[in-house]
Amino acid sequence: MELIIIFISASIVNNFVLSLFLGICPFIGVSNKFSSAVSMGLATTFVMVITAMVSWLLYFKLLLPFHLTFLQIPSFILVIAALVQFVEMVIKKVSQPLYRALGIFLPLITTNCAILGLALLLVMRDYSFVESIVFGLGSGAGFILALSIMAGIREELELRDVPKAFQGAPITLIVAGILALAFMGFAGMI
Amino acid sequence: MDMTIIIAIATMGGLGLIFAGGLAIADKKLRVEENPLIAQVNEILPNANCGGCGYAGCYDFAVNLVEGKAKVNGCPVGGNDVAQEVALLMGVDSEASVKIVPRILCRGGNKEAIKKAAEYYGPLSCKAMALVAGGQKECSYGCLGGGDCVNVCTFGAMFMNENGLPEVIEDLCTGCGMCAKACPRDIIEMHPIDREVFVLCKNHDDPKRSKEVCEAACIGCGICARKSDGGVEMVNNLGIVHYDKFDPEKIPFEKCSTGAIAKIHNNSLN
Repeated sequence: MELIIIFISASIVNNFVLSLFLGICPFIGVSNKFSSAVSMGLATTFVMVITAMVSWLLYFKLLLPFHLTFLQIPSFILVIAALVQFVEMVIKKVSQPLYRALGIFLPLITTNCAILGLALLLVMRDYSFVESIVFGLGSGAGFILALSIMAGIREELELRDVPKAFQGAPITLIVAGILALAFMGFAGMI
Repeated sequence: MDMTIIIAIATMGGLGLIFAGGLAIADKKLRVEENPLIAQVNEILPNANCGGCGYAGCYDFAVNLVEGKAKVNGCPVGGNDVAQEVALLMGVDSEASVKIVPRILCRGGNKEAIKKAAEYYGPLSCKAMALVAGGQKECSYGCLGGGDCVNVCTFGAMFMNENGLPEVIEDLCTGCGMCAKACPRDIIEMHPIDREVFVLCKNHDDPKRSKEVCEAACIGCGICARKSDGGVEMVNNLGIVHYDKFDPEKIPFEKCSTGAIAKIHNNSLN
């Protein structure tokens, strides 16, 4: 039950993009096509789950016992960067088509604040190892949800007669704001 | 206090070392060996990643070239120069490639084509016009005049002339075919540059209707088909040229009442 609540909380109620406003860069940058938005979402989910596992191990098995918790931010960044590199190598070796489909998205995830936010939050909330993995999965699912909603709306917007002053980035930001407002409706549900 | 700094440096350094070592081993174990030729060929290619060759970008084309699946002259953008360089590098003969250029098979510009009673105020894009009501012109086969082909051209080789029709600057054109793909009415076709005779119309309406909608339409009289011994075939009131059994000498250009079948040379009608 606890795990289900964590999943729903991470994916919908405290959606990383639309409630916590983390990872706005890919949310705006990679949401003009539905298919690439989903690819980006899947890649991010993948990295989130692995980051959740490794940063939990790092924090609770190394930093906490040796009283080095003040090093959590640099060490998490280090872990995330190394992990993304490693994942990229593995994907290139295992599946060339997937490697090409993800393209530039994978290295971009390295500097995505949603990933670092995930690592810091799971430490702050004192999750267990399994809870951390579910938290990573839920956050990833929420990220896919936000990106695909945005991409769907933007594909529709392409065909609409948007006033000149609002074309491009302005209308996108307005849509993002309205979406965030809509997600506020979930606040306090859990 | 000093101790803390040293411990911090040691921890971060240690972590960094561990990850660096891990990545170094992973790089050795997981390295994907690829033919060095691919990188060399890729360097010669234009790297416009236009997809004109039919592959997903220049790198993909280079891979297929090296594997022998693609032809050395398969890059329409690079043309003969690139084909020869690649052939030299790969040690194969290059067949001379003829430059391919888009031909705009519609002459129904603002002057010739009859406008609808209703006016179109939507976005100036052929895609949108085709979706809504077919733009401003009566003819439901002709050029919409929205300039999607011009906008999609990354080489600046197209422009809309004062008559509202696209024109190709052949010297700048690389033959990538993006304009032909962008046209929702399939008016633009890719042809070898030395091909001269075209039916410059796509209208399948019956003779009466096609005459009504556009002064420059092929009205489907079939006189060119009758004289050409199979070089031109009438399909649904429109002349289709079969270039394999076609003899330009036999075509009675002067008999075509609207001038729909015509010779193109150096981008001008004569």
